[in-house]
Amino acid sequence: MIGARALRLEDPVLLRGAGRYAADTYHAGELHMRVVRSPVAHGRVRAVDVADALRLDGVVAAWTYDDVADLPAIGFRLTPREELLPYRQPVLARGVVRYVGEPVAVVFATSAYLAEDAAERVVVEIDQLPAHIDPDADPVAWVDAEQATWAAGLGTPLPEQDSEATRFVTEYGDVEAAFATGAGRIIELDAVIGRHTGVPMECRGLVAHYVEADQELVIDGAAKVPFWNRDAIADVTGLAPSQVVVRETHVGGGFGPRGELYPEDVLVALAAMRLRAPVKWIEDRQEHLLATNHSRGQHHRLRALVEEDGFIRALDATFTLDQGAYVRTHGATVGSLTSSMLPGPYVIPNFRVEAHVRLTHKTPHGTYRSPGRYEGTFARERLVDKIAAELGLGREQVRRRNFIAVEDMPYERPIQAMGTSMVHDSGDYRLLLDKMSEGYDFPGIRAEVAARRAAGEAVGFGFGYFVEKSGIGPVEGARISVDTRGRVSVTCGASSVGQGVDTVLAQVAAETLGIPHDEIRVVRGRTDRFGYGRGAFATRLSVMAGSAVANAAAALRDKAVRVAAHELKVSVEELELADGAVRLVADPGRGLSLAEIARLLEPVCAVEIKEDPGLDADGWFRSDHMTYPYGLHAAVVRLDRGTGQTVVERYLVGYDVGRALNPTLVEGQIAGGVAQGLGGALYEEFLYADDGTPLCTTFMDYLIPTAHEVPPIEILITEDAPSPINPLGVKGAGEGGVTAVAAAIASAVDDALQRPGAITSVPIRPQAVHDLAARATGSRATG
Amino acid sequence: MKPANFEYVRPASLEEALVELAKDPDESKVLAGGQSLVPMMNFRLARPERLIDINRIPLLEGVESVGDRVVIRARTRHLALQNLSMSTPLGSLLRTGAAHVGHLPIRTRGTFGGSIAHCDAASEWCLVAGLLDAEMTVRSQARGTRTIPASDFFWSIFTTAMEPDEILTEVSLPALDDSYRTGIAEFARRAGDFAIVAATGAVQVVDGVVRDARVCLGGVSEVPFRSAAAEQVLLGQEWSPRLLRDAAEAAADEVDPPSDSHGDGEYRRDLVRALLPRALAGAVR
Repeated sequence: MIGARALRLEDPVLLRGAGRYAADTYHAGELHMRVVRSPVAHGRVRAVDVADALRLDGVVAAWTYDDVADLPAIGFRLTPREELLPYRQPVLARGVVRYVGEPVAVVFATSAYLAEDAAERVVVEIDQLPAHIDPDADPVAWVDAEQATWAAGLGTPLPEQDSEATRFVTEYGDVEAAFATGAGRIIELDAVIGRHTGVPMECRGLVAHYVEADQELVIDGAAKVPFWNRDAIADVTGLAPSQVVVRETHVGGGFGPRGELYPEDVLVALAAMRLRAPVKWIEDRQEHLLATNHSRGQHHRLRALVEEDGFIRALDATFTLDQGAYVRTHGATVGSLTSSMLPGPYVIPNFRVEAHVRLTHKTPHGTYRSPGRYEGTFARERLVDKIAAELGLGREQVRRRNFIAVEDMPYERPIQAMGTSMVHDSGDYRLLLDKMSEGYDFPGIRAEVAARRAAGEAVGFGFGYFVEKSGIGPVEGARISVDTRGRVSVTCGASSVGQGVDTVLAQVAAETLGIPHDEIRVVRGRTDRFGYGRGAFATRLSVMAGSAVANAAAALRDKAVRVAAHELKVSVEELELADGAVRLVADPGRGLSLAEIARLLEPVCAVEIKEDPGLDADGWFRSDHMTYPYGLHAAVVRLDRGTGQTVVERYLVGYDVGRALNPTLVEGQIAGGVAQGLGGALYEEFLYADDGTPLCTTFMDYLIPTAHEVPPIEILITEDAPSPINPLGVKGAGEGGVTAVAAAIASAVDDALQRPGAITSVPIRPQAVHDLAARATGSRATG
Repeated sequence: MKPANFEYVRPASLEEALVELAKDPDESKVLAGGQSLVPMMNFRLARPERLIDINRIPLLEGVESVGDRVVIRARTRHLALQNLSMSTPLGSLLRTGAAHVGHLPIRTRGTFGGSIAHCDAASEWCLVAGLLDAEMTVRSQARGTRTIPASDFFWSIFTTAMEPDEILTEVSLPALDDSYRTGIAEFARRAGDFAIVAATGAVQVVDGVVRDARVCLGGVSEVPFRSAAAEQVLLGQEWSPRLLRDAAEAAADEVDPPSDSHGDGEYRRDLVRALLPRALAGAVR
């Protein structure tokens, strides 16, 4: 079953329209929440008057900061560096607004329409202040001492803070000494990655309902990290975590931003308690583009010391990260991951990177699929292309020279990544490049592209190499139960954001139990059905939950065999589990079905055979290290010199995921990732006016690629480097589709222009390509 | 993104619709395909108090030849124009133009007349109307029918010569004979987006010489821009690729395009240089 192109268990329900998304949840008497948002990027709130809103028939409540003054700022879930605490976001603006879209007040009404009418009647008076929108500019004063002290919540007074929230260095070797030798060539590069984000088809939404009879607060619409959010909501509502039931509905995409704890989530939960009514909040698309985390937005400056054969002796890097107006749940995660993943597949014996996380009056920043790696891969691979061009070496040649060798695996890089020590667990980087080059005939593609260029077309071929990370711990668990009819359930704390985790977990269980995966029910995403789960992020569930299910299935098999051996009066060695039954190896006609064994384990009988009642077993998997999948993206692009349009003709991805539990789902992850990567490479960017007004608040201005813009994606999945650190040998596949898209497209555009290093920023806008093409031909291009 | 409260009426005849509209013209809007109006209402950028839905009124859809003119009734859907079986240069222009309008769901619902009355300078139908000196027929309860030529119709972005109590009922275009060739070329960041720049042309070539030349550009000014300079370059000259480039150069010099996040004015000028020859190269095959 593992490795099969098994059909998704999720699809029959979704395709029949029987899915249940957040907005499908309905409770009689529900109230709709509408957030009143700041219309200016920076200002002092003089007054917020809700009286007029409250006069509207059907409006039940309206809150301002004073109504939630007892709530702390939103906490950090990951990478909680203490110096970031003064920059945390209050649930409603506390005297100062810092981005357009910041929640200032909130209204509750009997319909979504009325709530929006009421929100319009809330009068917000703000004295506008100058907006600081350039993270490359010198830091400015950001929060005063009172605000810093409050936001940090440490109980000790803090001084005022400037807009550089943190600056940290990640390093190994001795960069200074390497550069000081004076040997080798210095190659420098600037790379800018635009501000974009994941835009799930389903916007955020949450429905909270306090069920008095059960003394439980039930919250529907969670995604990604229900257990962490449950605990946070328990804290603000004063309930015990066991009284808060957080349930995922179906989730229409996550990608990082969706599912984190935002101010709106706290407000919905709190309102359900205070108003004693079901409260529903469904984010609209404009709110989504203003209020949900943005991401990327980095400026890298790289300086490499390179030997004549292309070997990178040292890399000295610095980057600024445009954090937006607050530091939200991700803490310093993106900056930290950018730093530790910057060397990618290369040895680089001396390495130093300085991260500057800087506040601006824009929507706050968080993770988005392949956080830090999309940005770092773009910068690093641009640099490697530039090294090749300046030294007159082949682009593949320089990469081969710098790869970590397969003989050196596992390879420890003496730095930390997501709080774990960084060990490339396995990988044969050259082999994947060879397989891609041979499988897709890179020399043939190069020849064809060159011939078309000679005939006058502006076409190019480029690629980027990358290392991803996946499977962050610390732990996941699962329980497999067989009922007395023989029906198997897998219950666990995993979350689904639509990626097909149910299918994969069922396949893992089916492998051991010897039954079809679609006979297994997967129950997850509910904090009342399983006690623990760390969530769906960082491409961790196939590794963590998959391994937990594998362990649970093995434990269940052992129990079933033990009971069958007792019943059949044979030894366990004489039995095997196959096709959903325990049989004698020597006489497969003799055996017991799982249903029969489950009946032998009914509580009354179980005591007699000294077993715990029930045919079920728990499995846990703990991991202190991440796994490191790796891959290569390549693209053929055609430029329209007249308009500057970049048309992606071919897109190739090679990805080694150790073991593909379901190749179809791996391909789906890669294809979706490439589409998002193309968005960042060619179309998407949140732009701001000088006064901090966001210019991209609808899909007319924030351009996500459509089916027209995404070519067929050719995918080679390899399993040459199974992970040695989990029982399945698997590495996660969720993010590698996006990681190197900007790098590969930029490389291909350079090639089409025949100007190595021409592209230094993404998205690559038609006007920029047009201007470069016009300069390349020495005259204004037409036709 | 929920609209403010509004009253909704769905008259069964044009006369009834005009009566409804006359009750409070300044606070009413006519709903045809709704592809621009409804999003604007959802963003609360448009807040009509009354919506007059003309979708049930008979005889507002269809394309008809009347002598040397072709009449397109206002509620004709973009998709109907994309599927038009008219084998003339005009038919070709309408089919190509329709294919550039948004995406299939938008073309299925949105209307030719709605697009013209909405008056977005980048819209294909405003361009075609400007190109061919279309005549817009509008009706009101108070003043009956009047016909407005394109040159007087488009005032500025989202603003036309129509009075608030008037409904656009049909648009009349010249039935270009087979000596004409037509074409449209446009550039948008993504398929289906409003064009950053669009160029249309209709050229009559007899014995290799240009007898009539019409050039209209979108995305370079608040209303469809007829390029007199380009037309002047073309007229009376022998047809050649070089002539096309000269015409495009003249058009690019003549326009004074705006700058925005999709490109600055100079880039738009260069788009005119690139696109106009493509539009006209298609025009003379």
